[in-house]
Amino acid sequence: MSQYKLVRCTINGKKVEQMIDVRASLTDMLRNDFHLTSVKKGCEVGECGACNVLIDGEAFNSCIYLAAWADGKNIRTLESLTGPNGELSDIQQAFMEETAIQCGFCTPGFIMTAVEILETKKLYTRDELRKLLSGHLCRCTGYENILNAVEKTMKRRLGVPTE
Amino acid sequence: MSIVGKSEIRVDAFDKATGRTKYYEDRMPAGALYVRIKHAEIAHGFVKSVDTSEAEQIKGVVKVLTCFDVPEIDFPTAGHPWSMDPGHQDVADRRLLNRHVRYWGDDVAVVIAEDEVAAMQGVRALKVEYETLPFVLDPQKAMEDGAPQLHDNYPNNILKHTSIRNGNYAEAIKEPGLIKVEGWYNTPTVQHCHIENHGCFAYEENGRITVVSSTQIPHIIRRVVGQALGRPWADIEIVKPYIGGGFGNKQDALYEPLCAWCSTQVGGRLVRIDCSREETFVSNRVRHAIRFHIISWIRPDGSMAARKVDLYSNQGAYASHGHSIVAKAMGSFPQLYPCPNIECDAYTVYTNIPAAGAMRGYGMPQASFANDSNIEECAHAVHMDPVEYRNKYIMPQGFEDGFSKNVNYYDSHRECLEKGKELIGYDQKIKEFANDSGPIRRGIGCASFWYNTAVWPIALETSSNRMLLNLDGTVTMQCGETEIGQGADTAFAQMAAEAIGLKSYKDVRVISCQDTDVTPTGLGAYASRQTYVAGFSIRQTAEILRKKIFEYASKMTRQTVENMDIVDGNVVRKIDGKVLASLKEIAMTAQYNPQDSEHITAESTFTIKNNAYSFGCTFAEVEVDIPMCKVTVKNIVNVHDCGSLINPALAEAQVHGGMSMAIGYGMSEQLLFDQKTGKPLNNNLLDYKLSTVMDHPDLEAAFIENPEPTSAFGTKALGEPPACSGAPAIRNAIYNATGVALHTLPMNPHNLFAAFTEAGLIQDSWQEGK
Amino acid sequence: MYDMKALYEATSVQHAVELRLEHPEAQIIAGGSDVLVQMREGKRAGKELISIYGLDELRGVSIDADENIRIGSLTSFSHITRDPIIQKYINVLGEAVDMVGGPQIRNIGTIGGNTCNGVTSADSASTLHAWEAIVELTGKNGVRRLPIKDFYIKAGQVDIRVEDGELQTAILIPKASYENTFGHYIKYAMRNAMDIATLGCSVNVRLSADKKTIERARIAYGVAGPVPMRAPSAEAVANGAAISYEMIDRFGLAVLNDINPRDSWRASKAFRQHIAVEMAKRCLLESIKLAGGVIE
Repeated sequence: MSQYKLVRCTINGKKVEQMIDVRASLTDMLRNDFHLTSVKKGCEVGECGACNVLIDGEAFNSCIYLAAWADGKNIRTLESLTGPNGELSDIQQAFMEETAIQCGFCTPGFIMTAVEILETKKLYTRDELRKLLSGHLCRCTGYENILNAVEKTMKRRLGVPTE
Repeated sequence: MSIVGKSEIRVDAFDKATGRTKYYEDRMPAGALYVRIKHAEIAHGFVKSVDTSEAEQIKGVVKVLTCFDVPEIDFPTAGHPWSMDPGHQDVADRRLLNRHVRYWGDDVAVVIAEDEVAAMQGVRALKVEYETLPFVLDPQKAMEDGAPQLHDNYPNNILKHTSIRNGNYAEAIKEPGLIKVEGWYNTPTVQHCHIENHGCFAYEENGRITVVSSTQIPHIIRRVVGQALGRPWADIEIVKPYIGGGFGNKQDALYEPLCAWCSTQVGGRLVRIDCSREETFVSNRVRHAIRFHIISWIRPDGSMAARKVDLYSNQGAYASHGHSIVAKAMGSFPQLYPCPNIECDAYTVYTNIPAAGAMRGYGMPQASFANDSNIEECAHAVHMDPVEYRNKYIMPQGFEDGFSKNVNYYDSHRECLEKGKELIGYDQKIKEFANDSGPIRRGIGCASFWYNTAVWPIALETSSNRMLLNLDGTVTMQCGETEIGQGADTAFAQMAAEAIGLKSYKDVRVISCQDTDVTPTGLGAYASRQTYVAGFSIRQTAEILRKKIFEYASKMTRQTVENMDIVDGNVVRKIDGKVLASLKEIAMTAQYNPQDSEHITAESTFTIKNNAYSFGCTFAEVEVDIPMCKVTVKNIVNVHDCGSLINPALAEAQVHGGMSMAIGYGMSEQLLFDQKTGKPLNNNLLDYKLSTVMDHPDLEAAFIENPEPTSAFGTKALGEPPACSGAPAIRNAIYNATGVALHTLPMNPHNLFAAFTEAGLIQDSWQEGK
Repeated sequence: MYDMKALYEATSVQHAVELRLEHPEAQIIAGGSDVLVQMREGKRAGKELISIYGLDELRGVSIDADENIRIGSLTSFSHITRDPIIQKYINVLGEAVDMVGGPQIRNIGTIGGNTCNGVTSADSASTLHAWEAIVELTGKNGVRRLPIKDFYIKAGQVDIRVEDGELQTAILIPKASYENTFGHYIKYAMRNAMDIATLGCSVNVRLSADKKTIERARIAYGVAGPVPMRAPSAEAVANGAAISYEMIDRFGLAVLNDINPRDSWRASKAFRQHIAVEMAKRCLLESIKLAGGVIE
């Protein structure tokens, strides 16, 4: 017997209502019902970080988050960062400029964690940034340029000299 | 040159930064049926029966197919170009589903269902009855008489044995005063761990089958799907969208043949196979674990009198790339540190573990570990500084390989070693670390690498390219070579813009997606060959396109073709640079001329009969916490001569990725199997220890740019080599820090505990405490 | 899509108790980072779930009337680490749970889930044992409190009475335990993030006024046995002892009388014993330093 739930939440700034199968993960809901395909599936058990989204400002692996729990939440995916005319946010721009993107599959998850980090408006050391980004696996970049992109954007936002 | 050699932003960066890049799953139409695979839960045996009755009762289950239903066709899976010589063709040793189970995880049945949960439930409801057989996990044990046999035609499980005999080893070792440096070196089974798992979907249309797949090699997959299904190859269309990494795993036919066949079994309906991470580890491909036995006979001055190398490569259950990998590993020994009298024997051996295939480095990370560990021991044996030893005995400038005809045109090795020493502060640090004697000790180590670009002369090297002059003066380009995350499309755009004479690489629109129905034939991404081989066909096709443009421009301007060039997107008169017409004007005129209309296009294929050496080294600095059995890599520098750089920023980024993979290979990664059952133990990203961002120091990538004379744009292998020398560099750093010569990867705390205990560095104080 | 039979979402603690009584076969799900993974593996496939994730009343850290530190069972690891009460009185707990998995796991994972699944490798467990935490359970008969050492029965099993509709609602640290006490945790794992502990060691000390003597030392391990455990022999060495390197060495060796790690593919017994000694010494030394101790 199928069981459904009406979920009301805000996704990328827009209030939505969606009838969901209670068996669905938030990844399922975002990809299948809202076509937010930046939410990637790399392991489906919370080990790789590819499906990471922000829920009420905190980073969560949406694969191990029930869609039913999204009720009343404010959810943001990478799609929310691009402006109405295709303008990029500074962190997206930094990922491009710092060559922090290769295959691109881990990129959305990393950028959303970077958004959480940047929104704290704190200055972190490189080691602290490593720890804050450590919930994401990447096999292409060795993480080097990803760290550079996050560090540079953080410093630019805080008005700290970048080099 | 103005466009190549610049650190341009990737052509696909914007889409990837916004999340709108479409991977296979993002391109899938709605309504696909889910195919879930039943994997064997024994390591070796035969399927006697599959009871499907319970599974078929589950709501949503459409069809159950078993190993008794598949075509009786054995097919090969390796992503090699097809050989017209039957003696050179890949080994065909598996079926779509297998009655003879050869490893824990082998594919024995599928459940096709309308939704994911029904498919999963269906698989769990299948009752498989097996006749179990003894199994063997170790290649040397598998070679013994009486060992369990995996395939009928391969006695003692030896898939292939090849040798090298140079000089006279037996005579050479009689020279008085030689020092024997002998060791066994063990490398582990590891997996690629691209973040996007392999997956694909298939459907029939107009009597043909289309498969959209996360693959590196669409044109090769077309052939394999045709072979596996017994269909004409032209009946198959393979589409390759963007993929989330491959690293060689997707240089193999994975589940495309099974997916295509499943579609044909449900009336051509759309079906999908999505590998889980657990399946990716076990039921795709892994890197060959190779065991080496090296005996080096050196003179007191360190020079190599004779050398003997035995290599045992664990192929796992199916041939896949087979012997090619260990053959490449073996081929490096007579070359990297040349020795006049050398005997090598390489064996590729079937065992009951997952099939090993291509993986970044293709045998060289294994060979590099064994060779540069042994070389380090040689240096120690004659009390010579290890870098000095390498400088003295590594492949000299002018060296020519008899088989590949590769020539070492420059003194790249020594240039790389020199630069590496300088960047890591070698001379100062070895002095500083020499006195470390406490529980925490520091060390520095180095290792070199050797790498061929492309596969000539072992196999076909070909590349095709198509260019269309657009009405706005830009060029659309299709290549058979594939973007898999490494940045190939950007390098192609830069080379094409340069070769045609366009203003910017942005004026080249690379169609990233390959569709075998329309894309010119290429072989795909492997062997660090994309930029090298595509360069030839890009240059050649650009020449054809330029000629056509000049011919039309000549009709428009009455200038001679010989007096024209293209600069910044304009056809100019050579003698004074005067702009005769923009490409846009020419394209528009040509297209819409009522008297003489032409769509200016060019297409060509280039057969490459060359190969090129790529060289370099890694220096690593470590801190060893002996009581905790932990090593921290404090600094690591990779120096690489991959010829001229097309895009330095992208090159550096690729090297970072290779270094990261090498650190994982050296320190932590290993796929484990239960010795009692053959069951994989850690096939997930929690238990398989892929490096996180907290397990690295900052990675430093440096280059020596000696332009490769055989190459269209001066380039040679870039992508794979950085994965090779990192692990032995770390190993040698630990050796120099502690005096403990490790012989087994990974150098994780378990192996360090054993080695430090054996070396007496750890007192068994806990026993005294009892 | 999870293979789940049904999902019951509790709207209050009372409701959760009722749901448990109504569906005794159902599994409680808090953050889900263990339960959902197991469900996907097939271990809990086809089960009913009672979700308590929505119970905000079980979130947060406070000091109660008896001056216990009270941690609501649904408080996430990241919120524990950032909490000022934790940072002031039992910072080591915040540090320990800051080593669980990675940031996203620390946002979803809860201290209640970490203890209720009864696994020995839980990063919070050794510190909670070393600080003699009290587990609060709420069921149809009201609230039941028990020391954490009694809460753990065996690997994967804790003392929660399903027949009483119980669920864990808080973890308490008594004042006598945290007052003037300083501790350190070492997680030994194969990588520096996204890993489970090969061995976890948590030590805390209270020093004499002159900082030369240990008044009270407590040490607990994860993965040194089937459930988290204290090491009383080691504590006996340190309690009342003058601080010295020699004492620290004896303290470390003494743990071998207490712990009982097993051989598994994850690590050998001999290896775990070896590092247990080293970790005990390093944790004690660091705890002494944090307490302002003077080492002779």
